[in-house]
Amino acid sequence: MEAVFSFLEQHLELTYIVILSIFLGVEVISRVPSVLHTPLMSGANAIHGVVIIGAIIVMGQASDENYLALILGFLAVILGTINVVGGFVVTDRMLEMFKSKKTK
Amino acid sequence: MLSLIYLIGSVTFIVGLKMLSNPATARKGNAIAAGGMALAILGTIFLYRHNGQGLHNYGWIITGLAVGGVIGLVSARRVKMTAMPEMVSLFNGMGGACAALISIVEFEHMAGTLADIPDVRGQLGIIFSGMIIGAVSFAGSVIAWGKLNGRIRDISFQGQHILNLSVLAVIVLLTIFVAVTLPSATVVLFAAVLVLSLIYGVFFVLPIGGADMPVVISLLNSFTGVAAACGGFLYNNPVMLTGGILVGSAGTILTILMCKAMNRSLKNVLIGAFGGTKAGSITREQGAYKEIGLSDTAVVMAYAHKVMIVPGYGLAVAQAQHACHELETLLEARGVEVRYAIHPVAGRMPGHMNVLLAEADVSYDKLLEMEQANGQFNTTDVVLILGANDVVNPAAKSDPSSPIYGMPILEVENARSVIVNKRSMKPGYAGIENDLFFQPKTSMLFGDAKQVLQQLVAEIVNSL
Repeated sequence: MEAVFSFLEQHLELTYIVILSIFLGVEVISRVPSVLHTPLMSGANAIHGVVIIGAIIVMGQASDENYLALILGFLAVILGTINVVGGFVVTDRMLEMFKSKKTK
Repeated sequence: MLSLIYLIGSVTFIVGLKMLSNPATARKGNAIAAGGMALAILGTIFLYRHNGQGLHNYGWIITGLAVGGVIGLVSARRVKMTAMPEMVSLFNGMGGACAALISIVEFEHMAGTLADIPDVRGQLGIIFSGMIIGAVSFAGSVIAWGKLNGRIRDISFQGQHILNLSVLAVIVLLTIFVAVTLPSATVVLFAAVLVLSLIYGVFFVLPIGGADMPVVISLLNSFTGVAAACGGFLYNNPVMLTGGILVGSAGTILTILMCKAMNRSLKNVLIGAFGGTKAGSITREQGAYKEIGLSDTAVVMAYAHKVMIVPGYGLAVAQAQHACHELETLLEARGVEVRYAIHPVAGRMPGHMNVLLAEADVSYDKLLEMEQANGQFNTTDVVLILGANDVVNPAAKSDPSSPIYGMPILEVENARSVIVNKRSMKPGYAGIENDLFFQPKTSMLFGDAKQVLQQLVAEIVNSL
């Protein structure tokens, strides 16, 4: 239990961010027309691709002899990038279709 | 400087998500979030400092970004619109795997020197959480992907939920055990938790029916968000934290909204109360139904004033949206008014039907939402139902004992006549009989949606 408290104390700022972000996420999403559920999910999917930043840091800090870290980090960068790029592009493709039909 | 970039990144995610929830601004919102992401990535590569040291291994990083970028771009551009849900699931799995890999490498860094690290328990807790959630999300997403494209069937057996819960319990207990006692066998236990998490991800998704997959994907999506946020704690990185948590909470709400649109509770979806396993329990005496042939259907539709098409899951599976549009233009050319009635959860995902029909160049103003459509059925001559079932089941209004009671439906029985295209008389995914099929004004037209539509088009062109 003590460990939990000391952890929270050390990361107080981050803990604030977590709690505020939770409310923000709920606030932002409620009242979405169901037509947009799929693109929204896909967009959110792309946003959690921020893990790529962690992958870059892991990769960038791996020492030259540590092959395990190098290989896994490299893999992580690739997978994370697929998530980000693929996610945003697919979302854009979906939304493109809505748009072009509306203006007609 | 870098913190400023991260701040901008976080703000773009919030703004982007907000704009994504409004049809008029959605596309711009997506672009804004993408821009913020690019900024955050570039900023990390060039400006990140840890204890005064920058990053190295630039060759690896750039190569990884390039390879991933090309794969992501090409697969996202090439994927067919009908296959899009499984694509999203796969991308989500990649993100989960990425989070799990980060945790594995970080664990490997500290594994040898556990006792010397200050705040080791908190760090371990975060690393374990990121790895567990990421691995579950990865394994689950891959299974969901396989299910959506038909490679994996629903597998469920007795006691599966108990087994799942026990696996989950073991994972949690092992993690707590490691964080509290810091045993010497940490590496072995870490590997065990990793394997168990992958197994749990597989078991978690396996028994859930194919039609419920969107809900599951949305849930796994929010899992990956939380896994990303764990990375934010690990590196004291605010943009990973906001991005991850935002998706985590927004994804959870979205999951609940999707369930609501289908009039189901999340618990029901996950435990699969009527997702196929119990389908047999609700059998009722089947009445007599009437079949109609292709040529009769063609005549009825060609000489109607107003035809309403109700597209459903069957149309999406058969990829019949183009054939459907062809029939529509043909009928319109003959002076028949054609409209589409779109139920909010029609297709494979909420809103998916609109995307599919838009892809086939169906004009946006021909798509009626449920309320509009329900107001027009009493002036409609023919309703053509293509592979939809539960969303037109009158039991949702009239039979309180029905599992779908209370779900808003398309009131097609108000139209003059109803033609139902289905592959067979099998009940829909909710496993309930549909009284609509046995009503005197309903006729059944059996066959694959795409073939039937093509034959209808040929029939109208050739014989009428």
